[in-house]
Amino acid sequence: MNAVIEARNVTKHFDVGRKQVVHAVDDVTLDVYEQEILGLVGESGSGKSTLGKVLLGLHEKTGGDVFFKGEKLPQRYRPADFQRYASRMQMIFQDPYSSLDPRMTVDEIIGEGLRLHSNAQTIPIRERISEWLCRVGLEPDHASRYPHEFSGGQRQRVGIARALIMEPEFVVCDEPISALDVSVQAQVVRLLGELKSSLGLTMLFIAHDLSMVRYVSDRMAVMYQGSLVEVGASDDVFFRPKHPYTEVLIGSNPLPDPKSERKRRAISIKGEITAPINIVAGCRYADRCVEVMDVCRSTTPPLLALSDATGERLVACHLYK
Amino acid sequence: MPIRSEISSDDPPVLTVDDLHVEFDTYGGIVKAVRGVSFNVRAGKTLAIVGESGCGKSVTVQSIMGLIPMPPGRITRGTAMFEGVDVIKQKIINGQDIRGDRVGMIFQDPMSSLNPTMRVGDQIAETLQVHRGYSHKQAFARAVDLLGETRIPEPAARARQYPFTFSGGMLQRAMIAMAIACEPSILVADEPTTAIDVTTQAQILDLLLELQSKTGMAVVLITHNLGVVARMADDVAVMYAGEIVEKGSADDIFYRASHPYTLGLQGAMPSNDPEREQGLQPIEGTPPDMFDPPKGCAYYARCPYAMRLCAQNHPERSPLNPHHYANCWLHHDGAPQDIAPHLFRGETA
Repeated sequence: MNAVIEARNVTKHFDVGRKQVVHAVDDVTLDVYEQEILGLVGESGSGKSTLGKVLLGLHEKTGGDVFFKGEKLPQRYRPADFQRYASRMQMIFQDPYSSLDPRMTVDEIIGEGLRLHSNAQTIPIRERISEWLCRVGLEPDHASRYPHEFSGGQRQRVGIARALIMEPEFVVCDEPISALDVSVQAQVVRLLGELKSSLGLTMLFIAHDLSMVRYVSDRMAVMYQGSLVEVGASDDVFFRPKHPYTEVLIGSNPLPDPKSERKRRAISIKGEITAPINIVAGCRYADRCVEVMDVCRSTTPPLLALSDATGERLVACHLYK
Repeated sequence: MPIRSEISSDDPPVLTVDDLHVEFDTYGGIVKAVRGVSFNVRAGKTLAIVGESGCGKSVTVQSIMGLIPMPPGRITRGTAMFEGVDVIKQKIINGQDIRGDRVGMIFQDPMSSLNPTMRVGDQIAETLQVHRGYSHKQAFARAVDLLGETRIPEPAARARQYPFTFSGGMLQRAMIAMAIACEPSILVADEPTTAIDVTTQAQILDLLLELQSKTGMAVVLITHNLGVVARMADDVAVMYAGEIVEKGSADDIFYRASHPYTLGLQGAMPSNDPEREQGLQPIEGTPPDMFDPPKGCAYYARCPYAMRLCAQNHPERSPLNPHHYANCWLHHDGAPQDIAPHLFRGETA
């Protein structure tokens, strides 16, 4: 399979003053294959959104390289770089309330990309906008309205149309359904699935709803404090987690089944995720891990392929060596 | 019909709400937010109220607690018997008599529910000073104990800190500490884990279950997460457009769903069972306009099994067992039996 995105040892540090550095993304190596949906899960503060933004150049990389279809992306984007890549890589944002400019009409929001990229002038822009409004389940006459006239689910559709009208090859969906009601989540997920198959999209789907990520994605990657701890086929990771953190994360997810929930003992993890500030060697999960060993505190476990697994399965844990 | 007395159980319920109607005056007209809601909660039990945003689940409990501003809000009908007193009639709701004392509340967003300019310990202590007449010193000492009971590490040091130094999960624990300070007989939790991660959510849910088994308090849990409902609830009320459309035990709702909307909510969530996965089934359309709620069934426009009758006639409450009912015409004797194959229609078929 061809990789659309290849991230190689990507690192993003934020300097927060007082000589403190937050290791938001640390040494992440990850491929996103053509026409797949890769789910990225983790707690808030685990660096999943930052990784998504680094891949698109919305954050400058501290280290490492990102390749887009074999082409090395710049370390730091200049305006011309954004102009060049914005039509090929797009982002769907989490919050449909704050990610749309309240002073722009839907027509202006969706058409802005087309108007900026002169090569898209071949088809009249208005027709393209009407077409996309229909495609995401809105009406063509919604184009003259402002974002506040729409419900959350409708706004998210505007956000999707805005991103996909450029017909990008790679889309980062940053928690696209978290702000929506259950029934609307299903509508948006189904829409993304339809658009994925009709456009042949490649997606990085960031979310914290584990059941939904399993349902949506082909593969799943789990992040903890800026590092990947496990990568594999979605069903494998969800039903047969290997890393102790993945196990706890999946185990914390309550299932809509009272009988199995009643049997469940208290499964909660101890402690809370802390900001990865001034990281030293060792496994970042060691302090909360129930299976911690001496080596975990001194050596950082690399992300390695499991030998006995079916299909690709990468785990960063000293238990599997 | 004998359904008025839904509770045939041993203990009298802690809270019994009957035929509650709440309206709001707005520029656009009168919003009929709650339209005839009845339920009850018994000691030591958890009632979950589920439904989409805007279905009236929060307004229901807030109006009972006296937390909706009046005007523009208005309770037009109904009673809420709490420990033998009708809190709506008695106007106690405007005072602080029961709130924070006999009734504890926790909210969705702990960050905005706590006072950012007060130390966490002082905020918890305030409850005890107001309702129990404790001195500040006594109350603060108790606040430290409560923070410990809600599993906050180093409670004595944490009590002296301000909310911004707490993580989201810890803030929710502090909220719970405050809510249980006066040993309430009922705890109302309005989306307590919606804004937090699954791992922290599991911790908070475990804590609530532990406190409930220790104190025997009743819990009213408002949520839209069916996983949380399955973990916590004894009874479930499904709300749609200001009404309870189906109510029953958790097993009734999850395994014997009898209203098309309940089935719709379940179908819109991933099942986590690859064997019987048939794809998500979104509920198409949007909830009705609450300025002018439909005369017939509110779910008519979105219901895959809607019949002509449903548009004009409000569905009757159909009992399926003494504790389980659904408001749906499909349970009427005259309704066709061959549609809605997944709908539970009672034991006798």
